[in-house]
Amino acid sequence: MTFKDLHIISMKSFSRDMIDHILDTAEKLEPIASSKSKSDLLKGKVLAVMFFEPSTRTRMSFETAMMRLGGDVLSLGSVDASSIAKGETLADTIRVVEGYSNAIVLRHNKEGAAQLASEFSSVPIINAGDGAGHHPTQTFLDLYTIRRESHLDGLKIALAGDLKYGRTVHSLCYALSLYGAEITLVSPKELRMPAEIIDDLKSHNIKVRETDSIEEAISDVDVLYATRIQKERFPDPAEYRKVANSLQITPELLEKAKPELKVMHPLPRTNEIDPRVDGTGHACYFRQSFYGVPVRMALLALVMGALE
Amino acid sequence: MEETPIPEIRVHPIRNGTVIDHITAGQALNVLNILNIPNPSSGVVSIIINAPSVHGIKDVVKIEGRELNVEEVDRISLIAPKATINIIRNFEVSGKTHVHIPEKVSGVVKCINPNCISNSNEPVTSRFTVKPDGRKITLRCSYCERTISEDIGNHLL
Ligand SMILES: [Zn+2]
Repeated sequence: MTFKDLHIISMKSFSRDMIDHILDTAEKLEPIASSKSKSDLLKGKVLAVMFFEPSTRTRMSFETAMMRLGGDVLSLGSVDASSIAKGETLADTIRVVEGYSNAIVLRHNKEGAAQLASEFSSVPIINAGDGAGHHPTQTFLDLYTIRRESHLDGLKIALAGDLKYGRTVHSLCYALSLYGAEITLVSPKELRMPAEIIDDLKSHNIKVRETDSIEEAISDVDVLYATRIQKERFPDPAEYRKVANSLQITPELLEKAKPELKVMHPLPRTNEIDPRVDGTGHACYFRQSFYGVPVRMALLALVMGALE
Repeated sequence: MEETPIPEIRVHPIRNGTVIDHITAGQALNVLNILNIPNPSSGVVSIIINAPSVHGIKDVVKIEGRELNVEEVDRISLIAPKATINIIRNFEVSGKTHVHIPEKVSGVVKCINPNCISNSNEPVTSRFTVKPDGRKITLRCSYCERTISEDIGNHLL
């Protein structure tokens, strides 16, 4: 299995063996990610970080990953000040930047941007989110978190919140289907998981159930994955408050859960999780955020050919 | 009230050219659009819309003096997957084929997603994978993965 020069665009192009290999590699690199040991694995390599829309956490996580492996980071400055504002195409920008770097991390507001970039780049493109499209490194870090904090095989997981628009939960569902998970979908009716994704999961023989009650879902799952509910999705603010409150995760609610239940959330949160949950053994969202570093280190080292 | 039988051929036979038969009813004008008809060099073209047939109604297009190429036939398959192509030479049907549905098409259809990168000024042509889905066809954009399954004829480039 070689990952050298592989573009990382969409979860759909990864088999379970490939995912396992990436997660194994991340686990080996975790001591370096947490600064317990040092590495020169990517010394002399340059990562170009091109964010056409802001996402500070994802950007910092990639930059940290590259620096922890001894590599250098080249950042696209503010988009306003660059030639992009003058109307240069993404294809042209990529053909210039590939000459400066060994891999390119791209975040772009248009769907399909990473796919397009990969068609013009001889260095690997890593998709860090394209519009409402894919964000595969988020899914890898979610899987890594589940494996580290709970278990991937025979997993019972509840996904709660905005399941309609959140494409990262769609990719996560797809990936979990490779591991035979049992999935409970918890959402208000306005934000239900699209039917074609549920059909897809069922065709992979995945047990899926839908509910709008988080209390009902929480009692027998190993992981509760909460997603952010955006106020903009609701024309009526009162309706938003009702939904947000009904899905809020509180210590009282967690009394009904298994003691080993882990609560995940792709931060930033608004009020999906009561801050009183932070100090309980259930909370793992801040570690989840940290796990993005070893996962991105693994991906960078693999696609740049520093590790097999 | 009983209808009087309708004669099978309503337009006189052609000497050389192509008869595209069993076009999905309502798609004849889109077929002409794909074939860039009319243009000054196109020969005589006859169109029958809503002709009765054993499988319900259909459209038929007859083009004199022109044989279609593979790419044109591939494009027609997207909007009329049941169409048959009859090559006419000297008033005789010299070849009859069903359209073949290609696995991929590029530069034929515009993506319906306004936020798709293929709809911006990038130097790429739209590209779709084609999935026959029973009697329908579904196109999936190779960039944004949005699918088109209704009214494909309305999205032709
Ligand atoms: Zn598209």
